[in-house]
Amino acid sequence: MPAMQDGSSDRVSYSHRHLLGIEGLSPSEITALLDRSETYVEQNRQTDKKKSLLRGRTIINLFFENSTRTRTSFELAGKRLGGDVINMSVSTSSIKKGETLIDTAMTLNAMHPDVLVVRHPNSGAVKLLSEKVNCAVINAGDGSHEHPTQALLDALTIRRRRGTLQGLLVAICGDIAHSRVARSNIHLLLAMGARVRLIAPATLIPSGIERLGVEVFHDMAAGLKDVDIVMMLRLQQERMQGGFFPSVREYFNFFGLDYPKLANAKADALIMHPGPMNRGVEIDAEVADDFGRSVIREQVEMGVAVRMACLEILTENLDRPVETNL
Amino acid sequence: MAADTNPQGRIAYVNARLLDPASGTDAPGGVLTEGEHIVDAGAGLFADGAPADAEVVYCAGACLAPGLVDIRMHTGEPGQEHKETLATAVRAAVAGGVTSMVCLPNTEPVIDDMSTVEFVARRARKHGLAKVYCYGAVTKGLAGKELSEMGMLAESGAVAFTDGLKAVANARVMRRALDYAGTFGLLIVQHAEEPALAKGGMMTSGETATRLGLDGIPAQAEVIMVDRDIRLVELTGGRLHFAHLSTGDSLDAVRRAKARGLKITCDTAPPYFALNELAVGDYRTFAKLSPPLRTEADRQAVIAALMDGTIDAIASDHLPEDEESKRLPFAEAACGGTGLETLLAVTLELVHNGQMELLAALDLITAKPARLMGLAAGALVPGAAADLVLFDPEAGWKVTEERLHSKSKNSPFDGRPVQGQVLRTVVDGRSVFVREP
Repeated sequence: MPAMQDGSSDRVSYSHRHLLGIEGLSPSEITALLDRSETYVEQNRQTDKKKSLLRGRTIINLFFENSTRTRTSFELAGKRLGGDVINMSVSTSSIKKGETLIDTAMTLNAMHPDVLVVRHPNSGAVKLLSEKVNCAVINAGDGSHEHPTQALLDALTIRRRRGTLQGLLVAICGDIAHSRVARSNIHLLLAMGARVRLIAPATLIPSGIERLGVEVFHDMAAGLKDVDIVMMLRLQQERMQGGFFPSVREYFNFFGLDYPKLANAKADALIMHPGPMNRGVEIDAEVADDFGRSVIREQVEMGVAVRMACLEILTENLDRPVETNL
Repeated sequence: MAADTNPQGRIAYVNARLLDPASGTDAPGGVLTEGEHIVDAGAGLFADGAPADAEVVYCAGACLAPGLVDIRMHTGEPGQEHKETLATAVRAAVAGGVTSMVCLPNTEPVIDDMSTVEFVARRARKHGLAKVYCYGAVTKGLAGKELSEMGMLAESGAVAFTDGLKAVANARVMRRALDYAGTFGLLIVQHAEEPALAKGGMMTSGETATRLGLDGIPAQAEVIMVDRDIRLVELTGGRLHFAHLSTGDSLDAVRRAKARGLKITCDTAPPYFALNELAVGDYRTFAKLSPPLRTEADRQAVIAALMDGTIDAIASDHLPEDEESKRLPFAEAACGGTGLETLLAVTLELVHNGQMELLAALDLITAKPARLMGLAAGALVPGAAADLVLFDPEAGWKVTEERLHSKSKNSPFDGRPVQGQVLRTVVDGRSVFVREP
């Protein structure tokens, strides 16, 4: 059954039940999500930001891993649409009592939420949970696998600045191996016709990644040459002691984004970072604050709009037959 | 399940396709048993009719072979009875045509003590189904430090020595183990995986692991340990067997070592020649195994090594895990899959795919593994225990939870259509499993 119906032809062309990842989404599905997000950007800048589209809907933010930014962003998104939002941090309670992920899913499912927003430290955990519940599930980050709303907000930020993603040259720099942000961005950017370079020491490049269709560089100057967008990744504190590189000093020397390295990129290249930043580790403080080129705060702003769009579309889909369970 | 209890009488298995890899027989024939033993077997036996004083089992042209010998399986008992008991393991075994098997020592308590060897033997014997032999631990508590009492463990029945799912990682300990085992002519079995390289890994390294965001185990983790141990065999003159080899590189290393005359053997398990890393799909924990499923090129290399004789045996690698250990995010799920009941059918895929002759494939799950472990099994000779399997090599079935007798249902072949069905399993002359038509 086609998802698009009479009287709602401008609606949903993202017709999946869940949003678990970017891999496998078509350009038109991604565009649909971005277009809807766009409508919320202006609204979020008004004094009255509240709508009632999600009135009566319950959204549970289920976080098995600490997060302030993403959780807050989802919480604001849900509340601005008039939904009831509940935050649950599970890492400190049930898991320690031996409750399994599936137990938690079943328990919450029995409370009839409409959307579960889930973050989990293990890859694939959100998909596993989605198979056990009746509501829509948004992956807010699973292990090193995917973080789809981050890739969407990055794409929205770029699209608003550059008009399109098609043909752009994007460098993603840093801990690719452990980054769900990198994977979601790679899938999205390639789907939308951008070219992607990865720049990192070999210890932080996972094996076989070039087969996704990206180019791998171990030298910042070469990798940043003529790029339109520089996406920096956060270097996780725990990796710093993991023997992946000898010291923060050495890492910053070769892979930290500073002005000399940035000079290789296009003069108007945008600088992005999913936050929170480690200033002086992966990015020089001045570069991060470069008013002309850094769009890091804009990314945060787009995050709320993207999450509003995702919540809205998935709750709409709850009431209609969906094509797949993706 | 029907039980034919007439152990004192003579039973004639007539009109079979008789397959005895040990003697190279593949011909119409039969077997005559008396009590617990085979008294006659061969091509053309009973061509003129069965003896009048014997009970007759009509085989209707189905394959009659020695009962399967599985040299690597886990029993949950003692310690993990919620995953498998000896009672359910031997039931699964005979349903799969397995009449002798060797269980790994990573039970709780570990089989590093004579009393545990005797406990397992006694408990298994009580059920009167498949015969259960034990490995003894190489090191006490499988801790990889101090040697276990291998000599006395062997006297009480341990057939060979291994630390099971753990590699004997310390080169010094492995050297001593090979030397010491050599004193008594005992066999050491190694899980070849360099633990420092494999640590934290959940599947084989490569594009699939990278896509799924799962930490990888490089294929080199296996060959590094194989190479090291081959050097230690050179140094000590010991006998070493590598369990469940999964990569082309390690099989090449074994091939070269054998050519040089070293006392090295190896086995593999069905997942490594019938599946590859893609079976993990969307985080299917039933496909989380140790060693991990490898690339298609490795799978092909395993088949080539089966065909050229580099691999000496196929073992089920049966490792039951309950739902609580598998219905978890991939990273948290336990490794391992059941295999007793799919050993025959998946091995027969090699025959159906034209890669091996039926007799050669059966050799890998009967006579050869029996010889490796020094078990009096796997051959149809007068005087041997009457352990037989009757099977239809063509009959198709689908691997499903309902079909399996094992207490745990974690088959990596779950949902797979296979060909080759056990019709009857005979242990010590008794039909302990008969498939209802």
